[in-house]
Amino acid sequence: MEGLLPKLPLGSWIDVFVDWLTITFEFLFDGITVVLEGIVEGLLAGFEFIPVILMIILITALAWWLAGKGVALFTIIGLFLIDNLGYWDPMLQTLALVLTAVFITVLIGLPIGIWASQKNGVKQVVTPLLDFMQTMPAFVYLIPAIFFFSIGVVPGVVASVIFAVPPTIRLTILGIQQVPADIIEATESFGSTTSQRLIKVQLPLAMPTIMAGINQSIMLALSMVVIASMVGAPGLGAEVYRAVTQIQIGKGFEAGIAIVVIAIILDRITQKAGSRKKGRKK
Amino acid sequence: MKKMNEENSKISVRNVTKVFGKNTKKAIQLLDNGANKTDILKQTGATIGVSQATFDIRAGEIFVIMGLSGSGKSTLVRTLNRLIDPTAGEVLIDGKDITKMKKDELREVRRKKISMVFQKFALLPHRTVLENVEYGLEIQGIGEVKRKEDAVRALKLVGLAGYENQYPSQLSGGMQQRVGLARALANDTDILLMDEAFSALDPLIRKDMQDELLELQSSMAKTIVFITHDLDEALRIGDRIALMKDGSIVQIGTPEEILINPSNQYVERFVEDVDLSKILTANHVMKRAETVQIDKGPRVALEMMKKLGISSIYIVDKKKTLLGGLTAADAREAIDTGKSLQDILDQDVQTVTEDTLLTDLFEKVSQAIIPVAVIDENHRLKGILVRGAVIGALAGNNEAINILQKNENEPLNSAHTEHKEGQ
Ligand SMILES: Nc1ncnc2c1ncn2[C@@H]1O[C@H](COP(=O)(O)OP(=O)(O)O)[C@@H](O)[C@H]1O
Ligand SMILES: [Mg+2]
Repeated sequence: MEGLLPKLPLGSWIDVFVDWLTITFEFLFDGITVVLEGIVEGLLAGFEFIPVILMIILITALAWWLAGKGVALFTIIGLFLIDNLGYWDPMLQTLALVLTAVFITVLIGLPIGIWASQKNGVKQVVTPLLDFMQTMPAFVYLIPAIFFFSIGVVPGVVASVIFAVPPTIRLTILGIQQVPADIIEATESFGSTTSQRLIKVQLPLAMPTIMAGINQSIMLALSMVVIASMVGAPGLGAEVYRAVTQIQIGKGFEAGIAIVVIAIILDRITQKAGSRKKGRKK
Repeated sequence: MKKMNEENSKISVRNVTKVFGKNTKKAIQLLDNGANKTDILKQTGATIGVSQATFDIRAGEIFVIMGLSGSGKSTLVRTLNRLIDPTAGEVLIDGKDITKMKKDELREVRRKKISMVFQKFALLPHRTVLENVEYGLEIQGIGEVKRKEDAVRALKLVGLAGYENQYPSQLSGGMQQRVGLARALANDTDILLMDEAFSALDPLIRKDMQDELLELQSSMAKTIVFITHDLDEALRIGDRIALMKDGSIVQIGTPEEILINPSNQYVERFVEDVDLSKILTANHVMKRAETVQIDKGPRVALEMMKKLGISSIYIVDKKKTLLGGLTAADAREAIDTGKSLQDILDQDVQTVTEDTLLTDLFEKVSQAIIPVAVIDENHRLKGILVRGAVIGALAGNNEAINILQKNENEPLNSAHTEHKEGQ
């Protein structure tokens, strides 16, 4: 169908822009690739070095300590199931990818959130940007990710970070701005500097909310694993993707369950870790 | 007690105005032309928080700022430590204009000179009581040992020794506000700002806190700016009171001056349902006592009573020390039986001291046969309480109230205890 006016060449503009970026910032993208690959592979090597049984015990112990008996029980059963189904190695690859993405997410999201919470101007720029990032279909991020970082695990991490970072930023802003005005006034009245106010008062009080944001980011990063596998990121996502393209319902279901198990374990552990802190302090 | 410098005005507020919202220039212009808060809001959309406030607070006094909700008290007190920047005017702390200070200078003043207590306590929920009290010292970089020492001392002052390791949420409201007070005291500043510090507490605890504040103040002699919307509280603790309405200060004076001479209808309405019996003292309502010296005879006493048309008289020594009372009937009997005054005087005359509140002397006054005597600490007779005058004063009859002259030409540099006396 023809439009009323000649079509805007938006697509080719973006192509030109991306080409320019790729060439001009090649050194930067190469550097990022090296670093991200290093982190993912380092983590994975570490995970694979630990015997399966010891790994299961360690994660279960962590779950027990942070989230209690019930979650620990689920964890041990879930992990044994994954191993039994033969998805242990893909699971570790997924874990390495997700943890790296979350680490980068926090590294980027927390400072941006803090900055935006202190400066209204920054917040006004960041908020619509976050809206844009969250409403854009996640697939779209794959395209520039491939351009800048070719294929493999790195574009997967990058796309996951872009997709997962908004909740961390949003809830960091929210948590800091939720600190009651009279507490801020009291802090000011004693002559605090900006960084004293931030470190001694605002961040500790915002911590449960920030943790909730990080928890959401973890879930979003996990939900990206199948999409990330389309650009060649290995792991459970790749198993699902392969099963789908080969129409192997049973296999796809198994790999899917493994993802769900990991998601629940990560969710419960990080969720309880956040609220546990709050409970102790309140 | 701290030695105050020559400058007696600790805080000097000069023409301070705070306008909230846009159009502040226009609003200030309108104010200068005498427009009121409502008109300015209508014409410019700007809210007048404080309007051209000018007053001085003396070193060592408790200065109360009182007014209805929304009258601008919180805004005004926040201009004193610049939690709110005034739109116009100056605030001098020890002679230095805080409104013109740079950030680091201002921070220094907040750390060393002024501390504040808040209505809703504003404690840090993630810190223990001790850590809360240490906060002001901690941010100054004071070492752990020293700041703990100071914080523990401040907690002891407010009666919270032993609660150091609790969290604020584990404490009652009254105790939380003690923590707030201790936190402000720990910095050992000259000036203490208290914005409705006791308003969130229930009445009994509130009274306790007022008493404790007064007691602390008697040994600390800080300059306290105390905000309240409660007249009783203002009268109880204020050395002087400033009354605010719609952002303006409408009257400043001692509690007595405000009660007895309300400067306009607004103040009058404010004070009209005050329970006078809790404010006026024996000193305010006592009348001259008629006396006869002990070495005179019963005949002289009876003669005096007849002349003055009274039915009893007080017997004193040369120093006016009260020895007892004598009724006309007893005097007549003594004349008949030839006894001396010493033999017949009634030693059970009821007495009260000058600062006894009317509410506490009612019973004695209503039961006394010989009017209740007012005495000083040396048992010297100062005056008597006549039933009619006490009731008259309670009914708001100003003629029944003695205005104490010494309050009016009180020199500006009088020490704290001196102007306390007048109450
Ligand atoms: N931040 C603000 N923005 C706009 N108006 C304000 C603000 N703070 C106070 N006001 C207005 O200023 C006036 C005085 O308020 P305030 O000082 O809080 O009174 P009080 O403490 O006596 O109750 C009120 O009309 C209030 O609505
Ligand atoms: Mg107020």
